[in-house]
Amino acid sequence: MPSSKPDTVLEVKDLKVHFPVMAGTVVRRQVGSVKAVDGVSFDVRRGETLGLVGESGCGKSTTGLAVLKMIDITAGQVVFEGEDISGHDRSRMRPIRRRMQMVYQDPFGSLNPRMKVSEIVGEPLEVHGLAADRAAYDARVANLLDMVGLLPDMADRYPHEFSGGQRQRIGIARALALEPSLIICDEPVSALDVSIQAQVVNLFQELQERLGLTYIFIAHDLAVVRHISHRIAVMYLGRIVEIAPRGELYAKPLHPYTQALLAAIPIPDPEVEASRPQQIITGEVPSAMRPPPGCRFHTRCPQAMESCKTADPPLRDLGSGRAVACHLYEG
Amino acid sequence: MSLLSVKGLSTEFRTERGVVKAVDDVSFDLAAGETLAIVGESGSGKSVTAMSLLRLIPNPPGRITAGEVVFDGRDLLRLSDEEIRAIRGDRIAMIFQEPMSSLNPSLTVGLQIAEPINLHRKTPWAQAMDKAAELLARVRLPDAKSRVKSYPHQFSGGMRQRAMIAMALACQPQLIIADEPTTALDVTVQAQILALLKEVTRAANSALILITHDLGVVARYADRVCVMYGGRIVEAGPAREIYARPRHPYTIGLMASVPRLDQEAGTRLVPIEGQPPNLANLPPGCAFAQRCRRAADRCHSERPPLVTAAPDHLSACHFHAQLQA
Repeated sequence: MPSSKPDTVLEVKDLKVHFPVMAGTVVRRQVGSVKAVDGVSFDVRRGETLGLVGESGCGKSTTGLAVLKMIDITAGQVVFEGEDISGHDRSRMRPIRRRMQMVYQDPFGSLNPRMKVSEIVGEPLEVHGLAADRAAYDARVANLLDMVGLLPDMADRYPHEFSGGQRQRIGIARALALEPSLIICDEPVSALDVSIQAQVVNLFQELQERLGLTYIFIAHDLAVVRHISHRIAVMYLGRIVEIAPRGELYAKPLHPYTQALLAAIPIPDPEVEASRPQQIITGEVPSAMRPPPGCRFHTRCPQAMESCKTADPPLRDLGSGRAVACHLYEG
Repeated sequence: MSLLSVKGLSTEFRTERGVVKAVDDVSFDLAAGETLAIVGESGSGKSVTAMSLLRLIPNPPGRITAGEVVFDGRDLLRLSDEEIRAIRGDRIAMIFQEPMSSLNPSLTVGLQIAEPINLHRKTPWAQAMDKAAELLARVRLPDAKSRVKSYPHQFSGGMRQRAMIAMALACQPQLIIADEPTTALDVTVQAQILALLKEVTRAANSALILITHDLGVVARYADRVCVMYGGRIVEAGPAREIYARPRHPYTIGLMASVPRLDQEAGTRLVPIEGQPPNLANLPPGCAFAQRCRRAADRCHSERPPLVTAAPDHLSACHFHAQLQA
């Protein structure tokens, strides 16, 4: 049955997540659906970081939740370590979840304020029956805290006693508790101050090198994503519009949306900024309930052609790890 | 002559944990038509500085304890409540981070833009509403004429921020203070809004104070920069000068800790170790000393004053002369 290459941790094929939109107070009926993720395919290799970038509503976080099966999949396949988990129910997901963990954006909302750090970090060990006795449990918690750069005596404190960056370290320690092979990080540094972001980004990289971890790194900040990812997928309105190794994506972005995103991000250097062409695309992301026909980006695309209004460009493989969904690169 | 001259501004908050000096002895000048960025992380005092200029600090628990804010020849801190109200929204306008919470959800957008025109200029409502439609067109809101009758919830985040800019422009202010105006917006919309803000302030020759944590935004839009840390200005000067030759270890550390799109990826970032200081319990010396690689004994005991480190370039570091990046 396992068909995937041994170095592929995750394969996502034509994933769709549609949320029904209901209306009516007496008779509830479905009046439409939000196509949060609408046909997304990618794979993640062992030991690499795949960055998922895009603006709000592009479906990057929903993709992360769907891979973990924390929301229902409408269509498509999720193959994790050779096993198709698309149809798995809760009980069959349980052993899978040991190997797939999540780190959340909000270091304040994602930790239970009534639990001590030792309980937060150690809870997964208990749930999965991985600590033989109290001593083994304590030793493992101390070891996990040490791995993320926290002191062992912090184990008896509560989350409110920690700063944002330290809380994010606690969240990472918890994610590491079960020695997962894949960690999905959803905007893990965007709530942190600039000087603290770098500390946490470095921690992710150090842990990857030491433990051979695989990450899906979801964020809206392209500079951070480029820094940490080996490959990057750019999403727009529920689709991947471009996927490429990080060097190529930034050196030569192909999709007009990728180009627009890169141009929108200011570089922290006034000399560079002064000489940079300022191409700012107009408009905002349309509603995912009624995505535009044809290419979803055509309403904002500076290079849109007549065919873009009607024909939906598929994500085409250009070789050497690059793929783009744009009519400009056909034929 | 400067349009705005702030001297020794200090603002305190009384909290359960004691008195917090959120802004401590802040001074800067701003010329007409100039864009000044106040940069800092959360708790650095950048927003409280902005709010203090217009006396928008809730009292209690907050209180402006010292300083002067001389705007167009008058000290705003000494005006009566009525006099300062006449200045707010007229000579000085403010734009906040969250447009949804600064717009009234039960009034149409047009009415809210027309209100300051009617209030400050005594323009009749009908004409003020026409002016509102004109302003919405100037901030390039699509279908501006019909959008006058829309309510804030019918707008997207970017449209609301355009409406806020239209409102700020209503009385042709000499100064606009924008507190993290695009932090809540998507990247492409953020670029649109900042470019618009820069364009309209330039066209009206208004000065702009941009409060932000984003070093990229500062580099793209600011003429001058004040870097704040622990409630104080630690470095100030022209943007190009500050980025090319930073003279404070905090500024140098910040620049090394942000990834840049135009630099080789794959190198390690150099973070600033440790945590920002607790404002209720600041150390006696330099607030940054605990996190500073170059800190000497003197830094922990003696607070460095903000002094001229180079022409038109201020630094609050005992060792500014040795810092040459």
